[in-house]
Amino acid sequence: MPSALPDGEPVPADGALPASALAGAADRPLGFYLHVPYCATRCGYCDFNTYTATELRGTGGVLASRDNYADTLTDEIRLARKVLGDDPREVRTVFVGGGTPTLLAAGDLVRMLQAIRDEFGLAPDAEITTEANPESVDPAYLATLREGGFNRISFGMQSAEQHVLKILDRTHTPGRPEACVAEARAAGFDHVNLDLIYGTPGESDDDWRASLDAALGAGPDHVSAYALIVEEGTQLARRIRRGEVPMTDDDVHADRYLIAEETLSAAGFDWYEVSNWATSDAGRCLHNELYWRGADWWGAGPGAHSHVGGVRWWNVKHPGAYAGALAAGKSPGAGREILTDEDRRVERILLELRLREGVPLSLLRETGLTASRRALSEGLLQEAPYGEGRAVLTLRGRLLADAVVRDLVD
Amino acid sequence: MPAIPSHVPEPSRTDPALIRNFCIIAHIDHGKSTLADRMLQLTGVVEQRQMRAQYLDRMDIERERGITIKSQAVRLPWAPSHDEGNTHILNMIDTPGHVDFTYEVSRSLAACEGTILLVDAAQGIEAQTLANLYLAMENDLTIIPVLNKIDLPAAQPEKFSEELANLVGCDPDDVLKVSAKTGLGVDALLDKVVAEVPAPVGVKDAPARAMIFDSVYDSYRGVVTYVRVIDGQLNKRERIRMMSTGATHELLEIGTNSPEMLSADGLGVGEVGYLITGVKDVRQSKVGDTVTSQHKGAEEALGGYKDPRPMVFSGLYPLDGSDYPLLREALDKLQLNDAALVYEPETSAALGFGFRVGFLGLLHLDVIRERLEREFGLDLIATAPNVIYRVVMEDGTEVEVTNPSEFPEGKINEVYEPVVRATILAPTEFIGAIMELCQTRRGTLLGMDYLSEDRVEIRYTLPLAEIVFDFFDQLKSKTRGYASLDYEPTGEQTSSLVKVDILLHGDKVDAFSAITHRDQAYAYGVRLVAKLKELIPRQAFEVPVQAAIGSRVIARETIRAIRKDVLAKCYGGDISRKRKLLEKQKEGKKRMKMVGSVEVPQEAFIAVLSSDDSAGSGKGKK
Repeated sequence: MPSALPDGEPVPADGALPASALAGAADRPLGFYLHVPYCATRCGYCDFNTYTATELRGTGGVLASRDNYADTLTDEIRLARKVLGDDPREVRTVFVGGGTPTLLAAGDLVRMLQAIRDEFGLAPDAEITTEANPESVDPAYLATLREGGFNRISFGMQSAEQHVLKILDRTHTPGRPEACVAEARAAGFDHVNLDLIYGTPGESDDDWRASLDAALGAGPDHVSAYALIVEEGTQLARRIRRGEVPMTDDDVHADRYLIAEETLSAAGFDWYEVSNWATSDAGRCLHNELYWRGADWWGAGPGAHSHVGGVRWWNVKHPGAYAGALAAGKSPGAGREILTDEDRRVERILLELRLREGVPLSLLRETGLTASRRALSEGLLQEAPYGEGRAVLTLRGRLLADAVVRDLVD
Repeated sequence: MPAIPSHVPEPSRTDPALIRNFCIIAHIDHGKSTLADRMLQLTGVVEQRQMRAQYLDRMDIERERGITIKSQAVRLPWAPSHDEGNTHILNMIDTPGHVDFTYEVSRSLAACEGTILLVDAAQGIEAQTLANLYLAMENDLTIIPVLNKIDLPAAQPEKFSEELANLVGCDPDDVLKVSAKTGLGVDALLDKVVAEVPAPVGVKDAPARAMIFDSVYDSYRGVVTYVRVIDGQLNKRERIRMMSTGATHELLEIGTNSPEMLSADGLGVGEVGYLITGVKDVRQSKVGDTVTSQHKGAEEALGGYKDPRPMVFSGLYPLDGSDYPLLREALDKLQLNDAALVYEPETSAALGFGFRVGFLGLLHLDVIRERLEREFGLDLIATAPNVIYRVVMEDGTEVEVTNPSEFPEGKINEVYEPVVRATILAPTEFIGAIMELCQTRRGTLLGMDYLSEDRVEIRYTLPLAEIVFDFFDQLKSKTRGYASLDYEPTGEQTSSLVKVDILLHGDKVDAFSAITHRDQAYAYGVRLVAKLKELIPRQAFEVPVQAAIGSRVIARETIRAIRKDVLAKCYGGDISRKRKLLEKQKEGKKRMKMVGSVEVPQEAFIAVLSSDDSAGSGKGKK
């Protein structure tokens, strides 16, 4: 998650939600995101909310450390139970992200999952994912996760090329992520994802093809491919500004995206979101689909965002402040916004347009509809679904999704 | 310093024989305002402790830029050293110094019998000064040549005395040497004004006739009109008549400036002062008009009245379209004080609602635009300045074009453009560079005279359109700042002129249309097209940028289609940020001007229209 928090109104000390947020909740799936804010080192391109120190002192002297992190997070899961009250829903998805979740002991991750199981219960077919660093897992670690209930794992592979990994400050050796996929399969994981990054300074089209081929060779059922975003304030942004590494331009990103689409679809993957491909519907990441479809999710951990029934809030960023709030029996929420109907309409358009299923045209107003017809004629939307009342991006449209959104929300 | 004179004659009861009406002709920065300040002090009308620099310049812009835009008149009592018992009345009329205001200068001169020709002893005479000197000579004024700043180390009094003596036709020893800054020689100068400037001559018993030489709007008192009485007498509380319009007004107040307004019983022959009638708009009290009494008034107006005629036009548009009413209000207010300012609403497909505004010249344009932005808080886009064209069609009909986009499409017989006679003064080493510049600007050499061994006066006929572009800046840069320029309109000429249109994705952008000489059209087109390619962001589709004369494309660039406009990641923690970014982008989109289907950022308009190569020349004058 990006490090800067939005502006919003304060969250009540007990984290209570307005009644409107819980109305009709039973009809919406509920997911949990668990944030682990620790990394061994900070990568040059990363602006996520993560820390390399193992211990961070918070308000009132509360110590946030990797060792007691699972307990701290469990406190928030218990708070969630209180706030959601008699909400009868079982949890459909859990996603542990970071940071580097696998810097914690596998047992810690399992304990955090157990807390959710204890407080809410997990649906029988629940999707339980963790992100993992290729260097920090081994067969035993993976086995512990699998036994503890995890059934999906996502490895940060980024690239198969050493010189690209070096620019990104990734420490793993080429080949290790692919080996991880085999180890995860052996441990019994149903679903395995590889994250890739394209457009890193110094990467060539061929480097990118090699990365895609290496990833596909390992046999994941899901691939995420992200254009490198150079965020302000990162080490990489400074290096680019100083002229030490060249900036990749948008045309190169577009070319790489087309290469990804070509290579992945040839290997039997279908796109289901702008940056995500899967071999089957079952291989899709259900948790991410909750985000994209405006479902409810509780984000636990420092800086994590939550959304329940049109109320979105976010926690304080610093692990110390986060632990301090929970130790004092208070919500770690730093701010929240109550979405208006128009906000929710706009968010639906901007999120759902990124999906293979697209946006129902019924969400658009008159000017937006006119704009959609223009986008159709410009080849940014697909003909057939449009006839059935849905705006679905073409391949070219996917590359210009933000521009299409700007027109459609009018 | 002489004592403050006693027995000062009062207004309306001053013997014309004791009156001296004079003005000061000087180049900007040659020290006119400082000299005026010293005179105010020496004659005791402003006390030492109230003195501030450039006392007479009222507007902030004047003081900041060190230029005088509006003139004033101050009544100074002076007992000359050669005739101490006789306190004289010196009316100092402060004239505008800039070419744009030549007509106002000529009216100020017409109110005087003499002028001080004030020249910087380190720089010599400049073109505008020379032009005003010729005007003064045409008006038969007595010229008192003065070198100022003789205290400067760089002063060359001998050299420039010689130059002035040649111009005025006197002996170099007759050129007075003063320092307005220290006050050195200023009392001698005042004595000389009394000794040499003739007293005004008028018919005391004739019907009153007074010439308006300035008219200023004051938000408290309405219009304050400055007059010089030629014949007869104007008295307080009488009704007066403006002879050009026949409009009559009650004289609410009459008086003189010392330098603050001081009411009086009236003004007699030769006197200079102000009138207040309660009118709210300077156009009802126009410079050059004759004021007479309503009862038994004069039959015949004084000569020389002219309506101010705008020479340069520019479209002014608010950056924020909702500021349009504010812009109208602001122009209305400025017009109260500026009879030369004309404007009418105009609509541009590219810029929205605005006004086509006519100006006397480039400084006038600059000053008005700056006042609109500063005093009224408006953000404006001003289109590149242009002149008036007269287009005669093949069927004999005539079209007057003040906006290039209105240049007629049909069969054109002839196009007329205004021309000016330009006078350039510069050191001789720059003759080549100046002639080259004038040649490329379609100039015709009229003549060349040496003012002294190393200074030359070059005269050219130039199309006004060539001057309103960047002529002055070019002249300055080619002569390392040494050349000075003056111009006066001399009529019109037929020229091979064409309209160059700029097309974005096939749609004409009216704000970028320009009328140029056929030979320069290509260069203009290439330059603008290249610039727009740089300034317009890539769109969802390929955008050709073309320059065309009629249907013939003379230059083309292509803005490649944008291929990627999507953020790769959009997860739970990104959504609020993403929605807010979208809202911000929508705001940004509102500030885009849609030209057909192309979104053009306002910055692109501003950059193209007000870039160095089309900016006004007034700014260069310091």
